[in-house]
Amino acid sequence: MTTTATAAGGPGTLGAPAAVAARLTDVTQHFGEASRPPVLEHIDLTVQPGEFVCLLGASGCGKSTLLSLIAGLDQPVSGQVEVTGGRPALMFQEPALYPWLSAGANVELALRLRGVPRKERKAEAQRLLSLVRLDGAAPKRVHELSGGMRQRVALARALAQEGDLLLMDEPFAALDAITRDVLHEELTRIWSETGRAVIFVTHNVREAVRLGQRVVLLSSRPGRVVREWRIDIPQPRRIEDADVSALSAEITEHLREEIARHGH
Amino acid sequence: MATETTAPVTGPAHERPSDSALAAGLDALETPITNPRPSFLVQVWRSAWPVLSALVAIVVVWQIAYMLELKPPYALPSPADTWQTFLSTVEDGTAWLAMSTSVRRAAVGFLLSVVVGVAIGTALAASPLLRRAFGPIITGLQSLPSVAWVPAAVIWFGLTDATMYAVVLLGAVPSIVNGLLAGTDQVPPLFLRVGQVLGARGWTRIRYVLLPAALPGFLGGLKQGWAFAWRSLMAAELITVAIGGGLGQLLDTGRSLSDMSLVIVSIFLIFLVGIAIELIVFSPLERAVLNSRGLTGQTSNTGRRK
Repeated sequence: MTTTATAAGGPGTLGAPAAVAARLTDVTQHFGEASRPPVLEHIDLTVQPGEFVCLLGASGCGKSTLLSLIAGLDQPVSGQVEVTGGRPALMFQEPALYPWLSAGANVELALRLRGVPRKERKAEAQRLLSLVRLDGAAPKRVHELSGGMRQRVALARALAQEGDLLLMDEPFAALDAITRDVLHEELTRIWSETGRAVIFVTHNVREAVRLGQRVVLLSSRPGRVVREWRIDIPQPRRIEDADVSALSAEITEHLREEIARHGH
Repeated sequence: MATETTAPVTGPAHERPSDSALAAGLDALETPITNPRPSFLVQVWRSAWPVLSALVAIVVVWQIAYMLELKPPYALPSPADTWQTFLSTVEDGTAWLAMSTSVRRAAVGFLLSVVVGVAIGTALAASPLLRRAFGPIITGLQSLPSVAWVPAAVIWFGLTDATMYAVVLLGAVPSIVNGLLAGTDQVPPLFLRVGQVLGARGWTRIRYVLLPAALPGFLGGLKQGWAFAWRSLMAAELITVAIGGGLGQLLDTGRSLSDMSLVIVSIFLIFLVGIAIELIVFSPLERAVLNSRGLTGQTSNTGRRK
């Protein structure tokens, strides 16, 4: 059912080096000056085009810092971050839609900033909104949408960016369980339809196992890659499936060990 | 029956709703309900009747003070006499001429102030160093009564409308700059981060993220800027009567003729213009902005939105 790969990467990294969505080589990052303790240390991570990777870790593992580095919002103190296929899209826990724009205009803004000509924007925004099953929502204001709908508009906006890589920073953490289930299904479907690579950060083990092809466990303070699992459970998976639960239990054990190390 | 219900339901008898049906159900349940807006007339009446009642109360108190002769009649005319003066100034066109002259000056001066204020405000918002340098000076200017500039303006520009515009500008620009800065300070950092992720840089960042996000605070600054512009102009007109026209001059005419009812009418007109601009321009603008962002309590959110 599952194989455990200890080194970063896993099967497939030995192929052509150009064909990666993102590659981090020995990345170390500090908060502020280099004299302060590192947030991330010696991170090696390769994400293949179209791959769905979940980064898992407790608080203080530098998950969000890592995504900022991959998104190019910050520069690492040392090491290299390579991203191919254009500026990556980044989704947050908050939908962070602009309240002065309608849902459709939020998506159109992403298209405009990417340089899509005016004439094509409306149709493209409509297409992206129907991809997240919000066909009639384009003229709606943000405050007229539910939390789940807002996060789907945010997903459509992220997909409006040209990058082949989608970074997600605990995007469903603020939603209730049923809405989250629905969005897991939507995300899996959209991922397989668009063929984008996804790096999905979460502290929810089941969510990671439910979604990812690979789960990477990070340690905390500093964040290091501890271990990773390749998940061969076929999609569509459900969060309550027996094999999802079994693997989640195994990974949770390791996560607990990591957290317990900090108690001393 | 009991054994049937406790058995695991896996058979075709129980069909799981499709993902899209589930999603549609959630969307329907969680979409906030928008309360219907009351009709326009009802809204107007709701906000108008307390104000009208207060005005009536003021006139009643005035009438009583007149009848008690707290001051001699030339110093405190009756509401009816003042009303007569008002009607005659309206009939012979002096009221209209003075009002239109003042409103034209204030409008031109205010629009200039908006252009200058937005330019300065954007520059200060974009450059922390400029802001540290000029921010305190601009805040200081805000508390300086712009009447203080009248002598300087007269020396520079003589007795022309340019003097009026200079005084209005010096009165309104600091408020507009500070409003814009307050607006940009209140922009949630996440909005800026999203803009960065979407690739907004330099001017596109200002145009598509910073300025629209700062709009509510900026409107507050505009409103205050208008109030300062109007006050400054009245003071300038009162001091530089020789330039002519305007409500300030009407007020001065009343004073020099010891015509208290004309003084009251002038004050009333100055007051009226201030309120009218607020009601006609700023309130609708503010309401439109807040409504479109869901900030007016017109919607009651039924779902969580953590």
